[in-house]
Amino acid sequence: MTKSFEKLAPWIFVITLFVVWEASCRLFNVSTVILPAPSAIYAAFVRFWSPILSNSFVTLWTTMAGFGLSVAFGLFLGLVVGWSRTIYRGFYPVMIGFNSIPKVAVVPILVMWFGIGEVPAILTAFLISFFPIVVNVATGLATIEPELEDVLRALGASKLDVMRKVGIPRSMPYFFGSLKVAITLAFVGTVVSETVAANSGIGFLMSQAGANFQMPLVFAGLIVLAVEGILMYAATAWLEQRMTGWAFRAQGSAAG
Amino acid sequence: MIELDNISLAYAGRTGPVLALEGTSLSVGQGEFAAVVGPSGCGKSTLMKLVTGLIKPTTGTVSVDGAQVHGPVKMAGMAFQNANLLPWRTVTDNILLPLEIVEPYRSHFRAKKDEYRARVENLLSIVGLQGFGDRYPWELSGGMQQRASLCRSLIHEPKLLMLDEPFAALDAFTREELWCVLRDVWQRLNFTVILVTHDLREAVFLADTIHVMSARPGRIIDTRTVDFARPRDLDVCYEREFTDLVHVLRNKIAEVRKA
Repeated sequence: MTKSFEKLAPWIFVITLFVVWEASCRLFNVSTVILPAPSAIYAAFVRFWSPILSNSFVTLWTTMAGFGLSVAFGLFLGLVVGWSRTIYRGFYPVMIGFNSIPKVAVVPILVMWFGIGEVPAILTAFLISFFPIVVNVATGLATIEPELEDVLRALGASKLDVMRKVGIPRSMPYFFGSLKVAITLAFVGTVVSETVAANSGIGFLMSQAGANFQMPLVFAGLIVLAVEGILMYAATAWLEQRMTGWAFRAQGSAAG
Repeated sequence: MIELDNISLAYAGRTGPVLALEGTSLSVGQGEFAAVVGPSGCGKSTLMKLVTGLIKPTTGTVSVDGAQVHGPVKMAGMAFQNANLLPWRTVTDNILLPLEIVEPYRSHFRAKKDEYRARVENLLSIVGLQGFGDRYPWELSGGMQQRASLCRSLIHEPKLLMLDEPFAALDAFTREELWCVLRDVWQRLNFTVILVTHDLREAVFLADTIHVMSARPGRIIDTRTVDFARPRDLDVCYEREFTDLVHVLRNKIAEVRKA
């Protein structure tokens, strides 16, 4: 009973949220221009399903492209940065500085370079999401138990051996954990760029709909983004569980 | 086998250079079981790193097996207070790790994997872990993990085994059990051992010679030979000569702690 209730809990919570939303809109007679009720949003879905579908597909693939770039680049850079303390210390301030720049400020530059369209969106998604991957991979490498490193070095292991046998497998839980953060950030990046400068994508659709005071359509866009975000998060969480299940099991062990 | 000649070691601390070791000389023969005891912070672990070539002495020379040490010795087995097993590998794969690194095993690792696995199985049965090879480290108790760690330090049949308080985190019964395991393995394979420990009974029970270190900067201030007949039984711990020797060592360390 409690177990199945626990499984249903997310659904119950979401449904309750929408019911309360709908009820308050009707009860307080909220104008659709301020906050459209779920029923109005649903109507917008039915009416505009075709543009919503095509634009959400654009957002999805640009996000995935940006995310793919940031996984490849983040993993690479993380390994480089985690390789030695000197690189770690030298590189870190630059990384933090770069990460502190609001990416919305970078979009106009990207538009100047690449023009309006998907490329700035992909790059914004990439720029906003690679940082957590780099930091996590580097942390995983930098926190190898010194005693374990001694054991291996006393056997004549090279730095590369230590990385291959210990460092990289050890940083994998950090890496897969960071993917969950990175994928949601990548969505933010894409939509930011689409809102500022694009001619397709959910961000573009929302800014257009907003300009025409079609609030139900704007909210429909938000919900599409939320659903896409949840699905991608679930996919990376599943991947994490599959690839580095040992890290989760280890925590639950009494012998640990 | 091992010669430390008038070693000193200084490293940069927060308030200037710290002298960890000064004028330390130590000599351990082939196949000898040496124990190093001393107050905490006397540089015992530093000594271990010096012998294995992980750090260089500021002055003086270290030689192992007749050759002066300039880098990692590439043949020592090590075990520490924490088992440090890799959680993503099974016990067997953890123990195989040194063979993936040390030559000549490394070059034949793929080809001879079955042979090596048989070797792991054999070692596991010696330390009383038979049948646990396919388990993961976190499925094992602390004592079992430490046994596995001991296997890992021995799998490549090192000529030198360095132990840094390997039994310190275990309960008294498990500890005594593992003393016997170590005793038996050592008697069978006859490698050289340097055991760093706080436990004087452990040192007296296991070692041929016991070196007492002074407080920082550490140096060897006393060396005692233990000549109880081998093989030793745990009962030896309750004999008069045994407790007398533990007492003498205890007083020595109390002295240097005050000084």
